[in-house]
Parts: sequence; C-alpha cells; structure tokens
Amino acid sequence: MTVDQLDATFAALADPTRRAIIARLAAGEATVTELAEPFAISQPAVSKHLTVLERAGLVSRRRDAQRRPCRLEPLPLKAATDWLERYRDYWEESYQRLDDVLAELKSVQSVRRDQR
Amino acid sequence: MTGLRVTTRGDRELLLTRRFEAPRQLVYDALTTPDLLVRWYGARGWNLVGCTVDLRVGGRYRFESRGPGGERMAQGGVYREVASPDRLVYTEVFDDQSYAGETLISTELTESAGRTTMTSTLRLPSPDARDIVLRYPMERGAGEGFDRLAAVLAELIRTGRNVL
Repeated sequence: MTVDQLDATFAALADPTRRAIIARLAAGEATVTELAEPFAISQPAVSKHLTVLERAGLVSRRRDAQRRPCRLEPLPLKAATDWLERYRDYWEESYQRLDDVLAELKSVQSVRRDQR
Repeated sequence: MTGLRVTTRGDRELLLTRRFEAPRQLVYDALTTPDLLVRWYGARGWNLVGCTVDLRVGGRYRFESRGPGGERMAQGGVYREVASPDRLVYTEVFDDQSYAGETLISTELTESAGRTTMTSTLRLPSPDARDIVLRYPMERGAGEGFDRLAAVLAELIRTGRNVL
C-alpha cells in the first residue's frame, strides 16, 4: 500500500459520518436510502460521503436491478489498521522497558520510606 | 496490565494511550529525566545514546538514537508546557525528517489508585506526515540497510573488485 492510498484511507476515515457509514456496512450491504436513515442528513449528503469512501477504495457499489447496494471493501481498511498495529508493536517494547524502570523506582522509593 | 493503544483522530493526529503500575510523579520523572530516558525510550531496536533535557518552558531537548544496524538518528524540540506531574507539551523535529514542519506532542498523566494513565496526542504537521510516521520505524531500518548495501556495491563496482 502506497503512502497516497494510506493517506486516502485515513482522510476518508477522518469524518464521523463516514466512520458511521463504514460501521453500518460492516454489518452488511445497504442502499443509499438505508444508509441515510439513521443520520440527520439528506441522501445527497450521504451520497457525497459515499463518493469519498468509494474513491478511497473503502466502499464499492454494484448494480442489482433497481438497487445499487454499497458494500465494504475490507482490504484498505485492514492495511490502515495493520500500520497502526505495527506502529503499536514497535512502541509497546519501549513502554515495557518503562514498566521495568518504574517498578525499580517504586521499590527504591519504598525502601527509602522504610529507612526513614 | 493494558498495552499501548494507538488510534487516529482527525486527519493528522495520533493518540497513544498506556497505563502504568506507578504513581504519575514517577512516570513524569521517567519522561523528563535523561538518566531514566536512556533506559527505556526508543521503538523496537532503537536506543538512546545521547539525551539532554532543559526542562522549562522554552527549554530544548535532544535525543540521539542508535538503531538495530548501528544507524544513527536524532530528534529534538522545545518544551511548551512543563506542568509536573500531570502535563508535558513539546515539539519534535527529526534531523533528517522527510516531511516539513514539526510535531506537537501533548502528554497528559492521570492517576487513580496508584496507577497512571498516559495519553499522548501527536499532532503531525500534515496528513502525509502522519502516514510517514506510521511507517517510519519499519521502513527506516530496511531502507538504511539497503542504502548501505548499495554504497558497498557501488564501491565494489568502482574499484572493480570481485565480490566473490
């Protein structure tokens, strides 16, 4: 995944309505009308958000007779969360060392307290 | 013990949350004291080999690190808020950073029943910068390894030496 694609994914996810749409689509396909229902915004506004999600490759739409159901494309989303996960793993090691330093500081402090 | 949690907020922020089994004064000290920082700071394979801290508003810090293959990197910045033991705000710029601007890091420490929750907000200068930072520790190591290999190969070709 290129930086541009990752950037597009995070940019698409920066908006709370788009995150809610993603969450809804994670439960299964839905039409624009169905997606607009829980939001206090118009269908055209939802369509606009869907276009952003589509451009980022997070959502696709297919023809199904008169309906055009939207579905979640999980791969870019997975790639983005994988980066967060890897970043987390790399830094967690640092904080585990900090745990050890803190445990030592705590025991030194309690020894000092006992000596008083 | 809860591990580190990393999430995104908006288009250029990273949120890091971690709990520690220690009062927040100790955590604050570990975040701001060079003798302690050198014992823990650094992503996988990276360790601090140089650390100076001028802990006052407007004061500077500088961290120099060595990576798994002996690579060097350095970062530094200015303390913007120094409020022991609950809040520390500072800027961060790497010497050889590939994106423009500085990152603003705000760390809050809250304590409950002797445990401390640390929440660090990294506000990157741009959405692109955030993507780069997320890839950074991984790509840096591999990238520099290949840079060195390329340099060695170029040298071998230049001198016409037979590699085998």
